[in-house]
Amino acid sequence: MGAATTPATMTLAGAINAGLRAAMERDPKVLLMGEDIGALGGVFRVTDGLFKDFGGDRVMDTPLAESGIVGTAIGLAMRGYTPVVEIQFDGFIFPAYDQITTSLAKLHNRSGGAINVPVVIRVPYAGGIGAIEHHSESPEVLFAHTPGLRVCTPATPQDGYDMIQQAIASPDPVLFFEPKARYWDKGEVSPERVAAQLSQPDGPIAGTLEMGKARVAREGADVTLVAYGPTVRLALQAAEVAAGDGVNVEVIDLRSLSPLDSDAVVASAKKTGRVVVVHEAPTAYGAGAEISSRVSEQAFFHLHAPVLRVGGFHAPYPGSKYEHDYLPNIDRVLDAVDRVCAH
Amino acid sequence: MDAVGPLSDDGLVRLLTHTGEREEHDFFSPYAADLTPEDLRGFYRAMSLTRAFDNESMSLQRQGELGLWVQSLGQEAAQVGSGAVLRGDDFAFPSYREHGVAFQRGVDLPQMLTIFRGLKHGAWDPKEHNFHLYTLVIGAHTLHATGYAMGMDRDGLVASGDPANDGAVICYFGDGATAQGDVNEALVFASVYNAPVVFFCQNNQWAISEPTTRQTKVPIADRGRGHGIPSIRVDGNDVIASYAVTNWAMQYARSGGGPVFVEAFTYRMGAHTTSDDPSKYRSKADEAYWAERDPISRLATYLESIGELPANFVAEVEEEGKALARRTREEVRSWEPGPSVGFFDHAYAAPHATVEAERAWYERFEGSFVEAH
Repeated sequence: MGAATTPATMTLAGAINAGLRAAMERDPKVLLMGEDIGALGGVFRVTDGLFKDFGGDRVMDTPLAESGIVGTAIGLAMRGYTPVVEIQFDGFIFPAYDQITTSLAKLHNRSGGAINVPVVIRVPYAGGIGAIEHHSESPEVLFAHTPGLRVCTPATPQDGYDMIQQAIASPDPVLFFEPKARYWDKGEVSPERVAAQLSQPDGPIAGTLEMGKARVAREGADVTLVAYGPTVRLALQAAEVAAGDGVNVEVIDLRSLSPLDSDAVVASAKKTGRVVVVHEAPTAYGAGAEISSRVSEQAFFHLHAPVLRVGGFHAPYPGSKYEHDYLPNIDRVLDAVDRVCAH
Repeated sequence: MDAVGPLSDDGLVRLLTHTGEREEHDFFSPYAADLTPEDLRGFYRAMSLTRAFDNESMSLQRQGELGLWVQSLGQEAAQVGSGAVLRGDDFAFPSYREHGVAFQRGVDLPQMLTIFRGLKHGAWDPKEHNFHLYTLVIGAHTLHATGYAMGMDRDGLVASGDPANDGAVICYFGDGATAQGDVNEALVFASVYNAPVVFFCQNNQWAISEPTTRQTKVPIADRGRGHGIPSIRVDGNDVIASYAVTNWAMQYARSGGGPVFVEAFTYRMGAHTTSDDPSKYRSKADEAYWAERDPISRLATYLESIGELPANFVAEVEEEGKALARRTREEVRSWEPGPSVGFFDHAYAAPHATVEAERAWYERFEGSFVEAH
């Protein structure tokens, strides 16, 4: 089976799978590494079929040691390879945290630009799937806070397809957070544009820059909802309900946390004067705090209300019977919309 | 010393006693058979120059010219002997005390002090010397070395059919590092992927103030054996044995045999760094015992005993050492920091909006002070 060449309906998981396949066909130096990604195709089947078609040398089932996976991926990258690592679940990335933050993030800088380490780390993240503990976490900001890393997260199949290829082509290390609850959402995927982009000499840089840009997922005039990854769909649902009440909500899908597309958020904030940020990660010290700060610094005199945040709580992720109360839900998003509209 | 367990002499390969007499080893002697007296004088020179540089760097730190210095004192034989084995395609991953290996890989030693003067984090281009940057995160680089070795294997540099063109990786770390998870994971990965990497552990008996016995109950080389990796203990103060064992290990790795674990048993004659005070945790008697086993005087005694260390050669090396020290001092004192804005450079390989915005703001901010002067 070759890479897709015509538009098709795909799930997010299927789109990332197709994007991985296209990247592997484009560049023989691209390798996949991870636990159970070979014959099994990964616990979420995101690498399904790739082991059969590319073989165990390029789709590597690794020892069960996350630091070892990322650390050896760094060495392979120094040798000219582009390893794409799968961390099986968000909560299991921490054994690799040292390798990611002290080695991967810094090698380009500490070598004075002599070494590139274009490692991509794919992380199925966030909750809402009824999982047991350590399988529903949102640690993305820990990496966005680390200079040297790029952190992005697709919310749609098209972005899953495009962004995984842009991440692989990027000369920088990329943490690629995949909202696992959205893996089976379907959408149209056009394969041509990213293929054309990455076939250009400046494609890797153009792709890297595009990957860092936000997307207006829904245009509106009264309130800006800023979301990313798993909460984009929630924000769109809330916008539909609000529309029924006569509130016209704009939804920004950030797509990237590092870099953060301030310009897009600030432009929307200036238009609506009201901003609510929605993410699953704990609210305190989260991406919402950063966005709120940037909006107040750059759009203060356009605001009608304080920037509000709707996120997870400062308590460990609860048992799955309680997760839908812990996570932002439509009622909490609409409550925040009501509060900013009260001004 | 009647040391036991990880500090014992058990199984140490030795080809030169501490009093400078040659010994034979059934298996490893042939791996040093190619060494000529000229080669051995080359080892003497490399060890002596490394020490001259080391001593000068120590002085520069004491004079306030360097923020910190990490001495290699006492470990020159393990480093120079193993480093002498390396060829063009071989790649070395040092920890941060491998000044003798840096010398062998052609790094200009004074440049290394840009790190310790606080100007840079990396002082050489790893690709130019096939010598990676120093890594301060204990053991982290053992995984990079293993991954790099896996890449060399993929690139056809191992067991290619032309041994002269084969290559392998050598990775240096200390006894303290063997307690790290990363080192153990590196052994797992190297073993199951049969990576061409030689793990070269310099057991210098001290991890700052903690003795090797706080890291392990068994000889460190047993860590390798537990992973099915051929493992050797060598007298790390014997430059000939360090060469022979590494020579075998690298040939084994280059020819597709897989990883090897070498424990070079040595002694950190100096402090951990200039911030350390060994008088708080080890005895004068211990230091005196190991001073008698100084790796440079051991080789010198042997070369003298066979009439291969002419006085004029010794004098030349001494002069060369003084010249290196002088150049080191002059270069270090000449270095001034460049503009601070340089710390934004190479944060990323591709443009990053946050970095660009902060750099632009910082340049404006700094510029405002220039105006005011």
